[in-house]
Amino acid sequence: MKRRELGLELLMDNLYNIKAYPEYPAKLEKEEVKRFCQQIRRDIVVSTFSAGSGHPGGSLSAADMFGVLWSNFLKHKPSDPFWDGRDHVIYSKGHVTPLIYSLYAETGYYNRSLLSTFREFGSPLQGHPANSKLDCIEVSSGSLGQGLSIAAGIAMGLKQDGKPNQVYALCGDGESQEGQIWEAIMSSAHFHLDNLTLFFDYNNLEIDGFVEDIMGIAPIEDKFKSFNWHTIVIDAHNIDEINNGIQTALSNTDRPTVIIGRSIKGKGVSYMENQAGWHGRAPNEEELKIALEDINRGI
Amino acid sequence: MEKKATRFGYSDALMDMAKTDDRIVVLDADLSKSTTTVGFHKKYPKRSYNIGIAEQNMLGSAAGLSLTGKIPYVSTYGVFVSGRAYDQIRTTICYSNLNVKIGGAHGGISVGPDGATHQALEEIGLMRGLPNMTVIVPCDYHETYKATKASASIPGPVYIRFGREAIPIVTKPDTPFVLGKGQVYKDGRDVSIIACGSLVYEALVAAESLKTEGIHCKVINIHTIKPMDKELIIKSAQETGAIVTAEEHQIMTGFGSAISEVIVQNCPVPIEMVGINDTFGESGTPDELMEAYHLTSNDIIEKVKKVIKRKKS
Ligand SMILES: Cc1ncc(C[n+]2csc(CCOP(=O)(O)OP(=O)(O)O)c2C)c(N)n1
Ligand SMILES: [Mg+2]
Repeated sequence: MKRRELGLELLMDNLYNIKAYPEYPAKLEKEEVKRFCQQIRRDIVVSTFSAGSGHPGGSLSAADMFGVLWSNFLKHKPSDPFWDGRDHVIYSKGHVTPLIYSLYAETGYYNRSLLSTFREFGSPLQGHPANSKLDCIEVSSGSLGQGLSIAAGIAMGLKQDGKPNQVYALCGDGESQEGQIWEAIMSSAHFHLDNLTLFFDYNNLEIDGFVEDIMGIAPIEDKFKSFNWHTIVIDAHNIDEINNGIQTALSNTDRPTVIIGRSIKGKGVSYMENQAGWHGRAPNEEELKIALEDINRGI
Repeated sequence: MEKKATRFGYSDALMDMAKTDDRIVVLDADLSKSTTTVGFHKKYPKRSYNIGIAEQNMLGSAAGLSLTGKIPYVSTYGVFVSGRAYDQIRTTICYSNLNVKIGGAHGGISVGPDGATHQALEEIGLMRGLPNMTVIVPCDYHETYKATKASASIPGPVYIRFGREAIPIVTKPDTPFVLGKGQVYKDGRDVSIIACGSLVYEALVAAESLKTEGIHCKVINIHTIKPMDKELIIKSAQETGAIVTAEEHQIMTGFGSAISEVIVQNCPVPIEMVGINDTFGESGTPDELMEAYHLTSNDIIEKVKKVIKRKKS
């Protein structure tokens, strides 16, 4: 069977009984959040399998943090992507399209079947997010290091207008080797952007290997602290810790908050976990089978 | 001849627009005195941001501000904004087609004594090569004022180039300005001199002088490099059969290249080009440099004579 057809078939069964809500946050019970995250993982491996390429590793490491954020904190209306009351999310590490596209699908922006066209010619689901192809995408990304500046700019605009909307951003740990990230860390504190929360996906892997081997970023929490940020360190795969982390971030005032998520790249798929090689590679049919079993078992 | 630096046209327009449009916000990178937006920062502190010496972050922040409905104007030297933040302009702003306006200050070699590092000579090429980008190179103070105002009226990224030095005012406050439309300032049948920015004045001087020798030049000001007024350029090529382009920028990738792209595909006629010839600048007074790098009316005159010879042969 061709990859896309098998992908589509797998996407069609609603194994985890996911229900889309007209408006978020939906305040899901913990068990429902867990199933939501499971479904996201399933989408990630199936869509990359379908495409024959893509980035599962960094998508899986951020899946729980964003599963919790999207279901239980982020204000958004799938029927109206540019609703005034929405919170903003900027994906600075734009390669995690398998995660981003899944979040939209599972909350009802479009049918999950669309994920089977990921990275195909003519698909709105481009390899990296493109607002010209998929209108719920706020800003295109794919060149690392830029998203925190954009998020800061949104936070500045919202503050200027006295608006309560929140701004969230996601960046990778390898990505923080980019100088612009530090420019934005500096300016976000300078402008007292307490409406900004950064998820720092601390999986200690980039493409060529371990972050600490290639260009060490430790001690990352101290760095943020010395740049006048609130810092919260969590286990990025523990639903309660993620919940509490976001809650605390939202109650912080005067400064931006970073949630440093200690994560496992490839989390949830046995052979992908902690493997640099699974940064930008898709599973084949056999590997997909194992991945789906792992996800189902909830390793 | 009254002179005024084009950069004041940028900040004066921002000040005037801000009175009635609270979407106008201004960002600088520690050069607000040079870009002349310092007055805006003082008058509208809530709508101004000095991001510090961090051009990439400035462009990203402007992108974010535009997503909240603001019309951000970012300004710093053209070399830094177009070079240091090129990828930010490309991927975040142009690919996303965001409503960010870029004021590129200190364009051209006439920046003077600061030397090559501060003389923007490649930014027209860099910016016009980007999909969704509009590029404007106004010829004087009034035109810069109007270009800045006009930039707010269209959605999407716009790059406006202005200079450091006081240059002659060749237009009037009520001279019409339409984005994307060139203007014929002098009619003639022998050669079309097509110029942008500070070279428009030089072109007019050259044409006056050539008239005394019996050579009649059409002088065209193309302030909008992109989208280019192709119709006017093709028409004037057909009417005069020869073209001289003039710019204070690298010919390669720049204005001369842009004009020849239109000409070779539509109405091939001989073209000569006045501009920077694949070299960096250096320190000196603006006048010394304009002369040394062959950017004066005399250089235009020379090229006009050359192109007429080519046209005849
Ligand atoms: C400016 C830029 N340089 C290089 C790349 C290529 N690239 C894509 S992902 C990546 C590694 C990212 O590592 P990290 O930020 O740790 O992401 P994660 O581990 O969360 O996937 C690189 C180098 C890029 N997209 N942008
Ligand atoms: Mg990483």
